Amino acid sequence: MTAVAISGVTKVFNPGRPDEVLALSDVDLTVADGEFVSLIGPSGCGKSTLLRLIADLIAPTTGTVTVAGTTAAQARRDQAYGIAFQQAGLFEWRTVRRNVELPLELRGAGRAERRAKAEEMLELVGLSEFAGHYPGQLSGGMQQRVAIARALAVQPPLLLMDEPFGALDEMTRERLQAELLAVCAATGTSTVFVTHSISEAVFLSDRVVVMSARPGRITAAIDVKLPSRDEAGRQAPAYFDKITEVRKALRG
Amino acid sequence: MRRFLAVLAGLLTGAAAWEGYKAVGNPDGTVLFGVRVLPRADDLSMPHLWTIAERLGAPELTGGRPVWRVVVDACLFTLGITTAGFVAGALIGLALAVAMQRFRVVERGLLPYVIISQTVPLVALAPLIAGWGGVLMPPWATVAVIAAYLAFFPVAVGMLRGLQSPSAAGVELMRSYAAGWWRTLVTLRLPAALPYLFPALRLAGAAAVVGAVVGEISTGTRGGIGRLLIEYAREATSDPAKVYTAMLGAALLGLLVAGAVSLLELPLMRHRRHVEVATL
Amino acid sequence: MRRVVPPVVVGVLALVLWELTVTLGRVAPFILPAPSAIGAQILEQRGNIVDAALASGANALTGLIGGTLLAILAALAASRFRLLGEVSVPFAAVLNALPIIALAPILNNMFESTSSVPRRLVTGIVVFFPVFLNLLRGLREVDPVHQELMRTYAAGGWTFARKVRLPGALPHLFTGLRQASSLAVIAAVVAEYFGGLQDGLGARITSAAAFTAYPRAWAFVAGACLLGLSFYLVTLLLERLAMPWRTRLIS
Ligand SMILES: Nc1ncnc2c1ncn2[C@@H]1O[C@H](COP(=O)(O)OP(=O)(O)O)[C@@H](O)[C@H]1O
Ligand SMILES: [Mg+2]
Repeated sequence: MTAVAISGVTKVFNPGRPDEVLALSDVDLTVADGEFVSLIGPSGCGKSTLLRLIADLIAPTTGTVTVAGTTAAQARRDQAYGIAFQQAGLFEWRTVRRNVELPLELRGAGRAERRAKAEEMLELVGLSEFAGHYPGQLSGGMQQRVAIARALAVQPPLLLMDEPFGALDEMTRERLQAELLAVCAATGTSTVFVTHSISEAVFLSDRVVVMSARPGRITAAIDVKLPSRDEAGRQAPAYFDKITEVRKALRG
Repeated sequence: MRRFLAVLAGLLTGAAAWEGYKAVGNPDGTVLFGVRVLPRADDLSMPHLWTIAERLGAPELTGGRPVWRVVVDACLFTLGITTAGFVAGALIGLALAVAMQRFRVVERGLLPYVIISQTVPLVALAPLIAGWGGVLMPPWATVAVIAAYLAFFPVAVGMLRGLQSPSAAGVELMRSYAAGWWRTLVTLRLPAALPYLFPALRLAGAAAVVGAVVGEISTGTRGGIGRLLIEYAREATSDPAKVYTAMLGAALLGLLVAGAVSLLELPLMRHRRHVEVATL
Repeated sequence: MRRVVPPVVVGVLALVLWELTVTLGRVAPFILPAPSAIGAQILEQRGNIVDAALASGANALTGLIGGTLLAILAALAASRFRLLGEVSVPFAAVLNALPIIALAPILNNMFESTSSVPRRLVTGIVVFFPVFLNLLRGLREVDPVHQELMRTYAAGGWTFARKVRLPGALPHLFTGLRQASSLAVIAAVVAEYFGGLQDGLGARITSAAAFTAYPRAWAFVAGACLLGLSFYLVTLLLERLAMPWRTRLIS
């Protein structure tokens, strides 16, 4: 089964008004089960728009979006995906643990189950000791890890991420990339990952989807097969070759 | 325009509620457990709105000037006092804010008192400042002192927030230009403080009005709207609509001051973002 | 240490300076009594001060609670119904700029001037506006990321209100309450200058001033200050308890 199938999708904002924008034009994209796909492109090319279509935060003007075999709207109601944004978006009045518990709470999970799950997810992102802290007491990188733990808490088959590491420094970024890969490998989650960093896209992805702006569309899809995704992988010639390939595709 | 319509709608709703309550309410009020929980609806306690309007046009005393003239004159008199108090209070507040920004130790020593003095009813001092009239200053000036006193807190606190609002990057940039404290104040801190200053001035304007009205009453200063309010309230049993005309005058005064302060910011705030300022 | 010493030094210096100015400068008590004279009166009148403060405190508290509850209900309604919110915010902002305390003599006519109702009503009305305006602002401001997130959880309107909107508005509610708590004491004390029942601090201050017992009047003013301060501090304490996630009060 495919995790995400998008066919013939067009998105027009403010149709019929003077500020009409053709944000996406005729986009087709399939994400296989367990696949890690990155969306990369200049800002304003519609990466976030595409991700939000998958999340059913907005509806396509034409075309269809299928998530986990059903409509995007149904998938959202089933909490079939977890999502993380560039801003961690934590609730400052909840402790770290209760932030991670929130999606479970809204599913009606019992107290003990929620707690166990949240502990497990915090363990996964290495923040167990901070479960009782409030978000205001954590650094930016730690907050982003909590947001990822929250996205993973319902163990969704699909993970959607919109520049989640965009506001972090390079060191934190690389550490979180490694953690994210480990989590996805352990849980078999499919991932759609928006970024504007070429190296990040190449390092993380099975496939890098390159987009261009005005109108937003997909111009290339580059398969990446690195020998390993670790420090050695970052030194491998194949890694640099792929970076060059993506860069060329971005230049058009 | 929208604001104006909203205020108009609010006024109409209020007027309808007033007359509606008069129509259905018990003329002697509603008493529960010995406490009158709803007001008397008779014409003595709640005159019809048109009675109040008519009263505005009628002479104050037989053969005297019409009430509206008296009320407007009283408003202008109090407006003068309020303005004097507002300007003095705002200037003192500004000076204090600059001093607190300049010297850390002044901020540490004074700011707690400035904040505390906002939380305590120091306007209660008004009857005591009345004693200064005729000795230290003319009687009207004691009222202005009270108004100034209430106006300076919001300005001092709001302006201090504003002067401290520039980012470290901005301050360091000025340092890299070898700009001294004064240049930094004039080119960076003062412009950055404007969005904080104007909401504070609006609070100060409203506070100065309250100070002037309360001050007139407790110092017994004649000629202003606060005094008129008390005089007309004493005549309420024989001439109930009169006190409402004075209340309208007090509202008019509040509007005048709020409007004037808002006009101040128009030319300076056109391209600026607006911030919320809590001075407490 | 560095936070405590400067205000204490300033306070002590000011008191000493005040005392010296008054005694050495032979300032008449009706201009400014000496702090020592005021202190003596505070000790002598402590029973009366406490009684008057309890009366004014009861008025302020009743008005504060009543006005706050009404403001919370009104703000919830105004955030729920768009039109109501659009109309009420500018209207309330204008009313808030008016000297509401001037309603006191009118309320004295509408109710008995021998009951506590008029003073409590004035206090309630004064309290209503800051709470209403601040809370409504808080209810309307929702972080767009939170909004999207709750949508991805398919959360309904009620869940959204309970988990996001209400807790998110709490800091704004307390901003309003901080202002309201000190306004309540001010209104309850000053309302007595406009007539009505005379059993609180305001009446004590005016009558002492009328008898030219200025140090005594100042002693009651000091009582009023303590009352205002305790209202404010209790509000701060409640804020602390209600929002343990806040590391700093008063941003
Ligand atoms: N809600 C919206 N209303 C109008 N235009 C929008 C909206 N969201 C995005 N757009 C426009 O759609 C285009 C793509 O935006 P976006 O998907 O956010 O780009 P990216 O994430 O790749 O930087 C941009 O031109 C943007 O201005
Ligand atoms: Mg984007």
